[in-house]
Amino acid sequence: MKTYKPQAIPASEITPQALFNARRKFMQMAGGVSLAAIWPQALWAADKLAEVKKSAYSSAEELTPLKDVSRYNNFYEFGTSKDEPAINVGSLRTRPWTVTIEGEVKKPKVFDIDDLLKMAPLEERVYRLRCVEAWSMVVPWVGYSLAELIKRVEPTGNAKFVEFVSLHDPEQMPGQKAAVLEWPYREGLRLDEAMHPLTLLTLGLYGEVLPNQNGAPVRIVTPWKYGFKSAKSIVKIRFVEQQPVTSWMKAGPGEYGFYANVNPEVDHPRWSQAKERRIGEFLKRKTLMFNGYADEVAALYTGMDLKRNF
Amino acid sequence: MTIKNLDNRVLGWVKAAVFLIALLPLAKLAAAAYADDLGANPIEKITHVTGYWALTFLLITLAVTPLRRLSGWLWLMRLRRMLGLFAFFYAVLHFSTYLVLDQFFDWDAIDKDIVKRPYITIGFSAFILLIPLALTSNDAMIQRLGGKRWRALHSLIYPCAIAGVVHFCWLVKKDLTRPFMFAALLGLLLGLRMAYRFINSRKRKQAVHEIKQKTA
Repeated sequence: MKTYKPQAIPASEITPQALFNARRKFMQMAGGVSLAAIWPQALWAADKLAEVKKSAYSSAEELTPLKDVSRYNNFYEFGTSKDEPAINVGSLRTRPWTVTIEGEVKKPKVFDIDDLLKMAPLEERVYRLRCVEAWSMVVPWVGYSLAELIKRVEPTGNAKFVEFVSLHDPEQMPGQKAAVLEWPYREGLRLDEAMHPLTLLTLGLYGEVLPNQNGAPVRIVTPWKYGFKSAKSIVKIRFVEQQPVTSWMKAGPGEYGFYANVNPEVDHPRWSQAKERRIGEFLKRKTLMFNGYADEVAALYTGMDLKRNF
Repeated sequence: MTIKNLDNRVLGWVKAAVFLIALLPLAKLAAAAYADDLGANPIEKITHVTGYWALTFLLITLAVTPLRRLSGWLWLMRLRRMLGLFAFFYAVLHFSTYLVLDQFFDWDAIDKDIVKRPYITIGFSAFILLIPLALTSNDAMIQRLGGKRWRALHSLIYPCAIAGVVHFCWLVKKDLTRPFMFAALLGLLLGLRMAYRFINSRKRKQAVHEIKQKTA
């Protein structure tokens, strides 16, 4: 088995913790004040997550403010425009919530969300998020490697892929009343991608439980892939032998592939992927291969034609 | 004066009101920009808003003739030039947003976009087609060209509007609701024109027929 070596971050780039905390405090206050003014109280009742340790997998880049992370969302279950999710998520009930693990595993199990929160130590991972629409953010997610969960259910030798199924309930998710995508939302990863330590089973961001519009109560984050690969509000994880057909593959087979690795050299058929706009910045910046995680994940795809397997 | 024929003084007020109303989307955008309330991706927001209003004014301009026929309000025709120029105005803002804010004069990327991206190719074509129409939107040019040639030139607004709507349809990721609303409205406006043309030609034929019968 390959051992994983994180990219070293020079000491000079590491923000002193006091400064980091002070900045975060300010951001939260600033975010809180402006959000409190316009948000119904129920939406702002975020719970602080206890004992979150910093992860070495974190990027040292400047964080995208919480107000942008939580008000600029692609979450078609709550509407297709970016501001609709934050407005419409009040109807989502995140308790009780279970995640069913089934398929090619020796120990199929139904996890309660509160057990998932305690299953492994929570880590804060600052990841770049690159959307297929050519914008990006830097988000301090909270969670732990999906591998932690996968190890516990013991995939069989037949398990080659993992399929993630999101909640399907048009009463809670009003966007599902329109057939924009095939519901429930389905995503998937190859088993080795799912086992990669960067693949995060995500339960929070900015030190608190996930806001509903960011995929509460539990989602996946695969930072080297376009954002749509990171399924939100997951209720089922299936281990399968055949490559799953995802919602976006069905919606546009020529535009959205199974792999969807961030790749500046492979354009979306309708727009360029060479550059991206980092939210909060004016000039576009160059998009990095595998969203800057090439050292970590490129080995997963050696010998593969990434133009064909887009 | 009747509702069908406003006198010049009243029409002047109507024009001033339409002028101010047509500036409202820009004013709203400027106010939001000033209040730092354009959301997480202000450039995208400005691009969408200016594009939306360029298309909307294009359709409003195309609605003038059918509305005049349906209502009999002849003065509506005298608003058409201003409405068309507002379509051009918002299209210029839309294109400038792309050029300056979005691409920041990255000519290489812009060249590639125009050649390789069908939605940009067609949107850019629509914008180019609008330019001669805007330049000839004055009485002097109508006189110089002559009514017939001027009208022929200005029928470019049809391919331009179609290109604009296709541009919108091709750029959205998945949810086609809004572009299809524009497409349906444009279809209606063009359909009405075809219907009028058909009715007119029947009337003409009938008239010719009657004259022939009388002379026979």
